[in-house]
Amino acid sequence: MNALVKENVVLEMKNIHMGFPGVKALQGVDFSLCEGEIHALMGENGAGKSTLIKVLTGVYEKDDGEIFLKGYDKAVSIRSPQDAQKVGISTVYQEITLCPNLSVAENMYIGRTAGLGQNWKKMNSDAEKLLRSLDVPATATQQLSSCSIAVQQMVAIARAVDMDCKVLILDEPTSSLDDQEVQKLFVLMRNLRERGVGIIFVTHFLDQVYEVCDRITVLRDGKLVGAFDIKDLPRVQLVAKMLGKDLDDMSDIKSEGAAYEGKDAHTAVLETEQLVSDAGIKPFDFHINKGEVNGFTGLLGSGRSECVRAIFGADRVVGGTVKKNGKVIKIAKPLDAMKNGIAYLPEDRKLDGIVGDLSVRDNIILALQTLKGFFKPISKAQAYKFADEYIKLLDIKTASADTPIKSLSGGNQQKVILARWLLTHPEYLILDEPTRGIDVGTKVDIQKLVLKLASEGMSVTFISSETDEMLRTCSRLVVMRDRKVVGELSGEQLTQNMIMNTIAGGNRDDAEN
Amino acid sequence: MQKTEKKKLTVKDILKNIVSRQIFIPIAALLALVLFNLIMDPGFFAVTLKTNSAGNPVFTGNLITILDYGSELAILAIGMTLVTAAAGGQDISVGAGIAISGSVILRVLCGSTTPWPDKMQAPIIVAFLAGCLAAVLCGAFNGVLVAYFKIQPMVATLILYTAGRSIAAWVNLNQLPIVNDKSFGYFGNIIPGIPIPTPIFITAACLIIIALLMKFTTLGLYTQSVGINESSSRLNGLNPILIKFLAFVILGLCVAVAGLIKVSRLSTINYSVIAKDIEMDAILAVALGGNVLSGGKFNIAASVLGAYVIQFLTTTLYKYDVRSDALPAYKAIVVIVLVVLSAPTVRRYLNGFKKKLTLRLSGKEVG
Repeated sequence: MNALVKENVVLEMKNIHMGFPGVKALQGVDFSLCEGEIHALMGENGAGKSTLIKVLTGVYEKDDGEIFLKGYDKAVSIRSPQDAQKVGISTVYQEITLCPNLSVAENMYIGRTAGLGQNWKKMNSDAEKLLRSLDVPATATQQLSSCSIAVQQMVAIARAVDMDCKVLILDEPTSSLDDQEVQKLFVLMRNLRERGVGIIFVTHFLDQVYEVCDRITVLRDGKLVGAFDIKDLPRVQLVAKMLGKDLDDMSDIKSEGAAYEGKDAHTAVLETEQLVSDAGIKPFDFHINKGEVNGFTGLLGSGRSECVRAIFGADRVVGGTVKKNGKVIKIAKPLDAMKNGIAYLPEDRKLDGIVGDLSVRDNIILALQTLKGFFKPISKAQAYKFADEYIKLLDIKTASADTPIKSLSGGNQQKVILARWLLTHPEYLILDEPTRGIDVGTKVDIQKLVLKLASEGMSVTFISSETDEMLRTCSRLVVMRDRKVVGELSGEQLTQNMIMNTIAGGNRDDAEN
Repeated sequence: MQKTEKKKLTVKDILKNIVSRQIFIPIAALLALVLFNLIMDPGFFAVTLKTNSAGNPVFTGNLITILDYGSELAILAIGMTLVTAAAGGQDISVGAGIAISGSVILRVLCGSTTPWPDKMQAPIIVAFLAGCLAAVLCGAFNGVLVAYFKIQPMVATLILYTAGRSIAAWVNLNQLPIVNDKSFGYFGNIIPGIPIPTPIFITAACLIIIALLMKFTTLGLYTQSVGINESSSRLNGLNPILIKFLAFVILGLCVAVAGLIKVSRLSTINYSVIAKDIEMDAILAVALGGNVLSGGKFNIAASVLGAYVIQFLTTTLYKYDVRSDALPAYKAIVVIVLVVLSAPTVRRYLNGFKKKLTLRLSGKEVG
C-alpha cells in the first residue's frame, strides 16, 4: 500500500518557492501524497512545514511551482482557502481557527451552505450525528467557547472530515489533546485512510508519527531533505535528518546541568498554604526551593495550569496565603507577582503570550517595562540592546528585532516570550507548557536552559503534557487529579509507571508491577 | 561610476522605506492635493499680510485657512487615535462633548445673572478648567462604560452622542450666551499684534505635549499592547481597564481644547450646529492616517496629517465654488479613493504586482 504507483498519487507539489520579506521560506520543495496514506511532514521550527501547508491551502500565494491533483489534467491554481476546499483539500490548523462565540454546529457548517437559506434543524441534527459517530464530547447547540481546547480541536477535525475531502491536512492536531483523545483521533485517521483519503499529518511527536504514519517527508530550512517509507527511516535517523546533525542523547540532559549548590539550596523560596482561586481548583499546598525544578503533572484539565495561575495572580485568588522567603506576600494581580520576582509563561501562547502586531523587540521588553513603570520608558537604544542580546542568547530566528512577532514560527515566538521573562531576572520562573507545538531541537534547548537556570539558583516550575519531558527536567512532581493535588513524587519514585498510577489513582504498590 | 550606483540604490531604498511606512498614505494624499492646486492655480498658495476689520495685521491665504480651521480636527485626531488603538472602537460623542464643554465655558464666563453681561464674570482660565472638567467627565463616563463594563465603544458613546447637545443647552438654560469681552475671542481668532491665528499655536502646543507624553512615558507601548492583546497585556502586569479609561480621558481633554477654540471663534454657541459631524471627520482622519480601526498599532502624526488632508480638501472645494450642501458628496468621492487605496487588500495586491515585476526583471537580467 505504500508503493509509489503513479496512479495512486492524489497530490503532487513540484518545485514550490515562497518567500517573505527577508526570509526564503520554501526553496524548490517537492511533495507527493498517495491515496489512502498517512503522510508525516516533519521538520524543525521554520523548516517550512506550515508555509508549505499554507501554500497548499491558498493562505499564501506561492512565488513559483506547480500543484497537481488527481482528477485534474492541468496544474490547479489555489488562491484562497475556498479554492482549496473546492478541489477537496481540507485543513485543521495548529491553532484553532473556529469562531468561539458560535455554536458547535454553526462552526461545523459555517461558509458551507449554498445560497442564503439555512435549515437550522437539519444542520443541528447532522452535526449531532457526526459528533456522536466520532465520539466528540460536545453537543451541536453548545457554544464553542464553552468546550475545552481539546474538544474545540476535535470539532475542527469533525468539520474537515465532513467536507468530503480527498486531502486532509492535520497541522499539529494532537498538541492539545491528551493520550486518550489522541488515540480516538488515530482511530478516526485510520478509518479515513481505509476510505482512501490522503492525510498530511504535521506533528512534533515522534511517537505518534511511528504509530500511524506510512511515509515521512522531511524539510529543513525551507528545503526538501527527502521522502521516506516509515520502515526505512529509524527514529534516530529521522531526528538527525530534521536537525541536520546528530541529536544529543536526550537522557543526558539532566546529568549535564549540575544541581544548584548554594548554602540556601534547601530553603523554600515560595510556599502556598491552602491557596485557592476562582478558577475551580481545590485549595492546595505547594512549595519550591531555591535552585529547584519541580512540576505539576496530571491529565489535561486536572488543574495544573490553574494552580500556577493562582500563584501568579492571573486568576482571582479567593483564599489561602503565599509566602516568599518565609514572609507572607499579597498577590492580587500579575504585577504583584512580578514585583516579587515571579515570572509566568502562559499555556496558550497565541492568546496569553504574544502581542502579535508588536515587534520582537517590544515583546521582549514588555514585562521589564511594566515593572519599571509608566514614567520610566526603556530607551530605544537600550531596547535594541536587550533584544539583540536575547535573540543571540536564545538563538531566536527572526529577520530583525523589528519584525512583528506574529510572523515568527511557533517555537521562536515561545523563545521571545521566554526572553521577555528572563530579562526581568526572576527568582521564580513558571513555565506552563513551554514546549507545546515546538520542534525537537527547540524542546531540548528549552529543557537545557531550564536546568542551567536552576543550577544558577533560579527556581523553576515546569509543566508539560509529555511525561518523559518532565522526568528529564524535574526533581519533584506534584500530581493532580480532578483539580486537586493528590500526591507528590520525588527521587526514586520518578518513573513513568509511578506517575501514571498516581494520576490514575491506583494503588501505589501496583506501580512496580 | 560605482559611487553613483551606490547612491542610486540608497535613494531607491529611502523611497521604498517611505512607501512602506504608514504615514505614506496621508502624505501622498496631501501631495496629490497640493499638486492639483499647483496645476489649477498656483495662486492658491499665496499668503499675504492684510489688516483685519479691527486694524490688526493678519496673514491670510488658503494655507493659513487650512491650518486655522483644521485645528479642532487635528486636536481631536490625537485623542481619537489613542481611543481607537486602546479600545478598538471609536468615540462618536466628541461633537456633543464639544457642545457641552463649550457651553460650560460660556456659562462660567457669563455668570448667572444675565446671558449677555458686559464684562466677563470669571477669568477665562477658570472657565476653561471648568470646560475641561466637563469634557473629562464625559470621557470618563464613556471610558467606564467601555473599559469596565466592556460595552462596544460605538454603543457606549451613542448615549452622549444622543443626549450631549441637550445637556449643553440645559447647562445654559437653553439661552444663547454671548461674551462681549474681546479678549475671549483671542483663542479662536488672533491676538492683536500676532498675525498668525491662535488655533495654530494651540494645536502646536497639543502636538508637543502628546509628543512629550509619547517620549517620556510608556503610553504608546501600553496602548498598543492592550489594543492588540488584552489578555496577554494583563499577564504582563498591565491594567487594560485603566489604560482604556486613560485613552478616553485624554480624548476628553482634546475635546475641551477644541471646545474652547470653537466657542471662542464666535464668542457664542449654537447647540445644534456647533462641531456638527466632527466625530465622523475625526474618525476619518484616523482612518486616513492608515490606523487600523479595530485597534492596536497607531501613528498619531499620521492621523493629524489625515485631519489636515480633510481640511485641505474642504478648502479646495470651497475655492472652486462647490456649494456647501454639495460638499459632502465631493468629499465622499475622494475619501472612497483614499480609503480603498490604503486598504490592506489593495496594498497586498500592489505589493504582489511589484514583486512579480521585479522578479520578471531580474529573471530577464539572468536570462
